[in-house]
This record gives sequence, C-alpha cells and structure tokens, in this order.
Amino acid sequence: GADDTEEKTQTIDPKHIFPPQHTDMPEEMRVETMELCVTACEKFATNNESAAKMIKESMDKKFGSSWHVVIGEGFGFEITHEVKNLLYMFFGGGLAVCVWKCS
Amino acid sequence: MGNEEMNQKTKHMLQAPNVNSHQKAAVAKGVKAIGKKKDEEEGLDTAEGEEWMQGKTLVKPPDQLDLTEAELNEEITRVLKASNPNAPQNVVRYSFKEGCYKPIVFVDQMAIHFELEGNLVHKESDEGRRLMAKQAEVDDGGGVERPDNVAIKAAKREQKLTNQFNFNERASQTLNNTPRDISCQTEPPPRANFSATANQWEIYDFYVEELQRREKSKEKHEGQFLNKEEDKSKKKMIQAETQNDDISQLAKVVKIIERMVNQNIFDDVAQDFMYFEDASDEFRGEKGTLLPLWTFQYDKAKSLSVTALCWNHKYNDLFAVGLGSHEFTQQGGGMLLFYTLKNPSYPEFIFNTASGVMCLDIHEHLSYLVAVGLYDGCVAVYNLKKKTDQPIYNSRASSGKHTSAVMQVKWQKDDLDSNHNFISVSADGRLVSWTLVKHELVFTEIIKLPVIDTIPDDLKDVIPTVGTSLDFHKQKDYSFLVGTEHGKIHKGSKYYSSKFLEKYDAHFMNVTRVKWNPFHPDVFISCGWDWMVKIWDQTMKSPVFTFELKTSVTDVAWAPYSSTVFAAVTTDGKVHVFDLNINKYEALCQQKVVSKKTKLFNIEFNPVHPIIIVGDDRGHVTSLKLSPNLRKKPKEKKGQDLPKGPEVEIAKMEQLLSSMR
Repeated sequence: GADDTEEKTQTIDPKHIFPPQHTDMPEEMRVETMELCVTACEKFATNNESAAKMIKESMDKKFGSSWHVVIGEGFGFEITHEVKNLLYMFFGGGLAVCVWKCS
Repeated sequence: MGNEEMNQKTKHMLQAPNVNSHQKAAVAKGVKAIGKKKDEEEGLDTAEGEEWMQGKTLVKPPDQLDLTEAELNEEITRVLKASNPNAPQNVVRYSFKEGCYKPIVFVDQMAIHFELEGNLVHKESDEGRRLMAKQAEVDDGGGVERPDNVAIKAAKREQKLTNQFNFNERASQTLNNTPRDISCQTEPPPRANFSATANQWEIYDFYVEELQRREKSKEKHEGQFLNKEEDKSKKKMIQAETQNDDISQLAKVVKIIERMVNQNIFDDVAQDFMYFEDASDEFRGEKGTLLPLWTFQYDKAKSLSVTALCWNHKYNDLFAVGLGSHEFTQQGGGMLLFYTLKNPSYPEFIFNTASGVMCLDIHEHLSYLVAVGLYDGCVAVYNLKKKTDQPIYNSRASSGKHTSAVMQVKWQKDDLDSNHNFISVSADGRLVSWTLVKHELVFTEIIKLPVIDTIPDDLKDVIPTVGTSLDFHKQKDYSFLVGTEHGKIHKGSKYYSSKFLEKYDAHFMNVTRVKWNPFHPDVFISCGWDWMVKIWDQTMKSPVFTFELKTSVTDVAWAPYSSTVFAAVTTDGKVHVFDLNINKYEALCQQKVVSKKTKLFNIEFNPVHPIIIVGDDRGHVTSLKLSPNLRKKPKEKKGQDLPKGPEVEIAKMEQLLSSMR
C-alpha cells in the first residue's frame, strides 16, 4: 500500500522514460508525441481540455489532419484508428492520455 | 541737368506695361510732383516724358547698379558665337587601335533649351489613316461622311489582301485523341480498433509492472560487471534461451499431443498391434497371415521409391526409410526419413539429399549415427542428435569416393583408435571402408570385386563388377558376403585384401540381397531377380534350399526370433513368409500387401515386435503384423537355447540333402 505508493511517487519523476501502455507508432513519432503530451499535461495541469487542445493542434500540424485526443482519470473507450497512429500512455500517476488518428 | 537726371531715372527704370492707366497716371503724377518740385522749366520735356512714361511704367530694383553717364554711354561689344559654352571642350576617348587616350575635337554643340512633343499626325501617314479609319467606324452609326467610310474600308481591304503568288494559305488538323475518363480510388490507410479502460487502478497496475521490469533489468546490469560486449552477448543468450525455452517447451507439448491424436485416430490399429492374435490361425493348419497395420507415407516423397529400410536398435519403434529411385533414367533428389510407430502420419526426422538414397544403416550402439549411401556414389553420415539437416560427414568432395551408386553400407565396430567406421560396396565394384576422423571421412579400400570371366582382357579394368549386396557375419565380423550383379556371391574377409575366399554361383541374374543367418554361423540366404531364394551353407558350393517365387525377388530377411523363419518380397507386391522348421518346400504365407502394379523393394523385421515393414516403389512403407502361425518357436526345444535348436534342425536338413544327393 503505502510503500508501493511511495515507490510509485519516487519513480514518477523520470516519466518520459516510461514506455507507453499501448502504441503502434514508429519510434520517432512515438517519442515526439510522448514528449508533446508530457509538455501539454504539465502546462495545463488543471485543465484537461486545454491540454488536449494543444496536443491535438500540434499533432494535426505535424502529422496530418484529424487527430483525436482524450485526457482523463477514469474512462473506457473503443476506437477505430489508422494503423500505426495510436498512442495510449499514462502520465503523472493519475492521468491517462489516448491519442489517435482517424479521418 | 535736371532732365538728364530725370532721363537717367527713366532709362533705368523697369517698365510695367500691365499697370492701369489710372495707376500710370497716378505714378506719372507722382513723378510729376517730383518734377514740379525740382524744375518747372522742364515742363515740356517732362510732358513728353510723361507721355512716354505713360506708355511704360518702370520699377527700379533695389540692387540695380548706379552707373555714371560716361559708363552708360560706353559701348560694350557683344559677340554672338555658334558654339555652345556648356559643351565640354576636352572630351577624351580611349582608342583601342593606338592604345591611348585621344582627344575628340568635334563635339556636339547643340544645346536644347526647350522641347515639346507635338501630337499632330500627318494625314497621309499610316497612323493618320488608321486614326481616320477609327473615327469613321465611330461615325458610322451616325452615317456621317459615307464616301469617306467606303474609301477607308477599301483601304482596309487593300491592306489585308496579300499577294496570291507569294503567299499560300494552308490549313491542317492533327488527329485529336479520343478523350477517356479514368477514375481511380486510392486505398484508404488501414484502420484498427482499440479499446481500453483508463482507471486509477489500471494506471497503478501498469506502473507497478513497469517498476518490476526495471528492477529486473537493473539486477541484470549490476550482476555483470564485465565488458559491454559480454553483456550484450549474455543478454542475447538470455533472450535466446528464453525464446528457446518457450518454443521448445511448446514443441514438446505439441509433439505429445500429435502422438495422442494419432493414437486416437489409429486406435484400432494400435490395439491390433499390441493385442490382436489371429484366432483363425488354428484352423488354417500351417498357414499364417499378415495383418496390415499402419501405412507410412510422406507427401513430398511421392515420386520417390523406397530403397532402404532399417530399424533402430535402441528405440524399437523408430525406423529409417531411404528414398530414391532404382531406375537409372529417373534420378532426382533423395530423402532420408525416420518414422516412429507412435506417429504414423508424419516422419520424425526428414533429411533431404542431393541424390537418391540407395542404402542406409544405423549404428548398432550409437543409434543416432546413420550412414547413408547415395546414388551418385557419395556416402554421408547423419547425426540425429544434431538439429541440422545436413550430414555431419559427407564424402562428396573427398577423393576415393565411389564412382557409381553405393549399394550397401554397414557399420563396423570401432577401430583401434575408437573411431567409428563403416564399409560400403558400390556399383563400381569396390569395397571401401570409411573412418570418421574428426571432421572428415577417411577412406580405405578393402577389396575390389573380381572381374567376370566373360569380359575380354583389355576391358577388365574398365568394366567393374557391380556389387549389389553386402552382409557381415554376426559373430565373426571380419567375414562378409558380397552379392554381385551377375549372380555370384563372394565370401571375403577383411584381413584378405587381394582375394576372395569363396565364390558361389548363386543366381543367373542380379543378386538383390544376401544375408547371414542371425543364429547359425554357417547359413546364409540369398535372393535375386531370377525368381529364386536360396539358402546356403557356406561350406557347400550348392544351396541347401531353393525356392522359386514366380517373380523377381527384391529382398529377403531373416526373422530375429527364429533361425528358420524368413520373409521375402517380390515385384508383384507379395510377401512370402517361410518357416523351414514347419514346411521345407512351401511358404507359410504368400500375401499381396499393396495395390496392383506396385513393386515391393524392401522388407525388415522389427527386432522386438512381431511386425514387418515393407517398402514399395511409391514411397510408402506398410507395416504388417505376423500371425501366430508365422511366429512359432520350435516346440520341442523349449528348455534349450534357440540357436542350438535350429542348428540341430539344419543338421537334420543337411542330412536330408546329402540323402537327396
């Protein structure tokens, strides 16, 4: 319980090294996207919507149109995504970010 | 003087012609006043001056020069020149011809003071006419000046008419390609579905897993303070091991399941194999039957024919099948397959060989070593323990390999250096011993088959005696028998390399198999294409027993459980089983085991179980169970050892024969 959470908080620091929960993106794209998500979530720590907006707009610019971003603490989802354009990762111990492309 | 003074003033005064006469009068009055003040005597002059002055008004600039009269009357000459004072007088141009600067004398002296471009156009000029034509067009609506219009139009046409002699108008139209509609639809990028739940506990679980993984990798890192390369290699090994473990574990499981499934499918066959004893044998008297069990076939071996069979001594359910072709004209690749009775649907081991397999032998003690003789004269040794499908030894490139098909190979006991070795006989008439020394096969020629008498002397070296079969004595393993294509059987010894000990005129045609009796030291059996199966005593020149089996006999084998039982296969697909103890003249069983037109080529008894396997020319191996009648052990001699039993029997036979002689 407590020890585990302590461990968790200790190792949350190097969060950018954590591998994502599920992804089928190519290496470069994945790294860039993860960094972008981390930046956005840090910047808009209180407002998920703005963070999602920032991520979505940057992704659209960089990788093409029609990206979708969901950020939250508790949700289930079923999505259809273009192959090699999905990233599902956790951030900061309590936030889940799902990014996918589908036109 | 006053006048002159007045004149001075008036002369040097500027005139102002546009001033009103009223003003003039005023000025004049002003002047007059001055004049009046100065001199009334000069009234007339002043009146004249007034009149003159009334015509012009003079304004004196403040900075005008005041000159004396003398200076005023001075004549100043002015010269007018045609030269332009502003034009440069010392223009110099570089002359390339002379290579120096030269002054130009004649300089343009024209100075343009004013320039104004006019917009008048001559009526007769082109531009004038065009303008007039335009005007005429504009005026056309009004109908003004029609004759002028006509003239203008005529002028226009005149201009357009080109000389008919010099100019030609020609027009052409290229072929227009028919337009086509092509539409295309690109494939949309592939899509996939994905679903997950994002909860606090999911996130927590994931983090915990990740931590564990990290710790493991940290341990691995800490545990190995070696070179980076070693680390990497160890990591690779660990990975490979884990991979191997997974796959190999799976392979084991799969194998077991495969065998289980096979057993289920062939359940009745397996039951027969173990327990079935044909009860009807009691009613048949001496005769017995063969019960067909499993058939072993391999898809890729369909075009090949079975050329060799051999049971494995250690694992009694494993046997080897050599596949190739007996036909000279139809040579292709070959195969070496290993089947087990536990899995009749697929071979356990598969080896592909470059040319057809003609013979094989499994080592007696080391049952993973298999020697194979190929149609192209090579011999190869395979190690079943190794995972590769390449032979561990191959005589392909080495010298001394046979120049013709290898007909038989037999393993020998390890030599003095405890190297494995085997002996091969081939169609080039040589018996060669091969020793497995480290990584190569070393050959030693043992003996060359004697040349046939009928061949003329000068060809004796060229035409070899084709050896077709080879067998070594069970007890005295230096003694061996070789069968030839011409029907002779030669007995030789490993210690004699120049000559054979004995020659038997066995058959009229090819001797297909010669085999020592597993029990009796003097008896051997031979069979050939001349339809005969003969049993010999090595001390006698003529056979003890002769059997004729209506077609070419391709193989014969002694039963391992009795010295008087043997079986033969023929090209008409029949298996003949004999027991000399019971019937000296007839087969106990003559049974057709394969479909028509399939030839049987090989037969082998299983060392333990009462089954035989036969190989045919379609690449199939059929297993048959011997009915009890065929497996009778000599009844009277229960208490004694078997070998002695038959010996007594053969002694009895010899007596019979000698009585027949």
